[in-house]
Amino acid sequence: MDNLELKKHANDVRKGIVTSTHAAKCGHPGGSLSAADLYTFLYFEELNIDPKNPEKEDRDRFVLSKGHTAPGLYSALAYRGFFPVEDLKTLRHLGSYLQGHPNMHIPGVDMASGSLGQGISAAAGMALGAKLGNKDFRVYTLLGDGEIEEGQVWEAAMFAGFRKLDNFCVIVDNNGLQIDGPIDQVCSPYPIDKKFEAFNFHVINVDAHDFDALRSAFNEAKATKGMPTAIIMHSIKGKGVSFMENSVDWHGKAPNDEEYATAMADLAKIDEELAKEGK
Amino acid sequence: MADVKKIATRESYGNALKELAEEFPNLVVLDADLAAATKTGIFKKAYPDRHIDCGIAECNMMGVAAGLSLTGKIPFCSSFAMFAAGRAFEQVRNSIGYPHLNVKIGATHAGITVGEDGASHQCNEDIALMRTIPGMVVMCPADDVEAKAAVRAALEHEGPVYIRFGRAAVPVINDRPDYKFEIGKGTVVREGKDVTIVATGICVDSALGAAEKLAADGISAEVINICTIKPLDVDIIVNSAKKTGKVVTVEEHSVIGGLGSAVCDALSENLPTPVKKIGMQDVFGESGSAGELIKKYGIDADGVYASVKAFV
Repeated sequence: MDNLELKKHANDVRKGIVTSTHAAKCGHPGGSLSAADLYTFLYFEELNIDPKNPEKEDRDRFVLSKGHTAPGLYSALAYRGFFPVEDLKTLRHLGSYLQGHPNMHIPGVDMASGSLGQGISAAAGMALGAKLGNKDFRVYTLLGDGEIEEGQVWEAAMFAGFRKLDNFCVIVDNNGLQIDGPIDQVCSPYPIDKKFEAFNFHVINVDAHDFDALRSAFNEAKATKGMPTAIIMHSIKGKGVSFMENSVDWHGKAPNDEEYATAMADLAKIDEELAKEGK
Repeated sequence: MADVKKIATRESYGNALKELAEEFPNLVVLDADLAAATKTGIFKKAYPDRHIDCGIAECNMMGVAAGLSLTGKIPFCSSFAMFAAGRAFEQVRNSIGYPHLNVKIGATHAGITVGEDGASHQCNEDIALMRTIPGMVVMCPADDVEAKAAVRAALEHEGPVYIRFGRAAVPVINDRPDYKFEIGKGTVVREGKDVTIVATGICVDSALGAAEKLAADGISAEVINICTIKPLDVDIIVNSAKKTGKVVTVEEHSVIGGLGSAVCDALSENLPTPVKKIGMQDVFGESGSAGELIKKYGIDADGVYASVKAFV
């Protein structure tokens, strides 16, 4: 898919994030927006998946280890055709299948997640399952940079590196902010790349908002044999919504009506720019 | 009296895994550096490619098992009960229980019969922890025959299962031709009319020994073996309580949250009945031999006898 198309989809995904968290009056827009380009790239280009057959056996798997950014995942799934975009407005509502964190009842979701540090282990298990079953699907998992403070992440990294799971790709959304503040002021996980290298991963640093860079990183991951890959994705928390960018306040807070209007206007402006770019 | 054959249920577990490997080709076994102790080493020796040692990282092991199950494997993961149910509780709850995955947990070295290792390794809380997880089947087999049957039943069951095994060798009490095992079904192993003793795991043998001594005193005790603590066979307990009017529970586990609590839950809703709970009385264990410990904490035949005698 060409980059302009991806950018348009990514902007839709961002609208879905803003709309769903506004409707929920809660949720996590900041880390959803920082990974919106990644969700778009994965679901519109990278992953072998079929929205008409979400459970097809040979599909690539994606586990959202940083499950609180479900609004981003749900939005990408909706715009990719797994379920109606309209349903995003039911996020976190009583009776909705769009739970606050991913679970097994959502079309396209491969694993329940949300308790930080756990998704990566399940994803590693899936990658091992593919190896044991001689299946050639790949497994991807997205972690937050704050999430990697969890010890289980490193148990899983040790396991995946030791088992040489080269069908396994860990992505870290390095937006630099966690609930209590900048990650390097809370309990710094830096250097992230060197840590994964030490756990026997092939490591790629990439700009999270550059589709050429993402494409090249995922191609490199696929070409890497004998070890798993960790893509450290340098991102801007809240990306795309002016007042949310690089602000820790928007980790877990929903826009009110006024803020919602401003956010949607920001995204409409991006749509206009993209329309000009297409001419 | 003829010598009674004694086998540790962890040994039965390892043997059952090996014996069932061909019949269940999707079975894979995970361990956390304790294969020699949990006896999954028996399986490993026969099927090295289907045994995954996760190293000393139980939380990751539970997650890996979850992922494997999502690719069609039936993982049995093992560690000591303290680490499987205790340390990895939240992983079991969120990565296995909540998505209701087909993962089996074989937890060995449960209770005080761990012995000399002492309180840090004597898990008296695992039944309580596991039975709070929606959809989790919780079993605690009494002997070799039941342990093997429970492993097979777990593999045939779709969904998460926790089975508790012991370290110490225990008498084989179910070796009879008409023995049948079903998840959720208890068994009356001795009929009586004055008091009902509901026991699980290695305490079934203690309860039978106590019933024999009680009979000599003219007290007729009915003994019920409850292997599946969840879902509990409520009918068998209520029907017996109707007859005897008094219930005693015996377990190698805390009296808080285990079999005793499950039985009280069932009786309080269906047939309020006086209950005496025998088990670890809200205390930690200590080092000692298994035999010394079950005697000290009153869950051997003599201890159960004394408690029941005082209760009826």
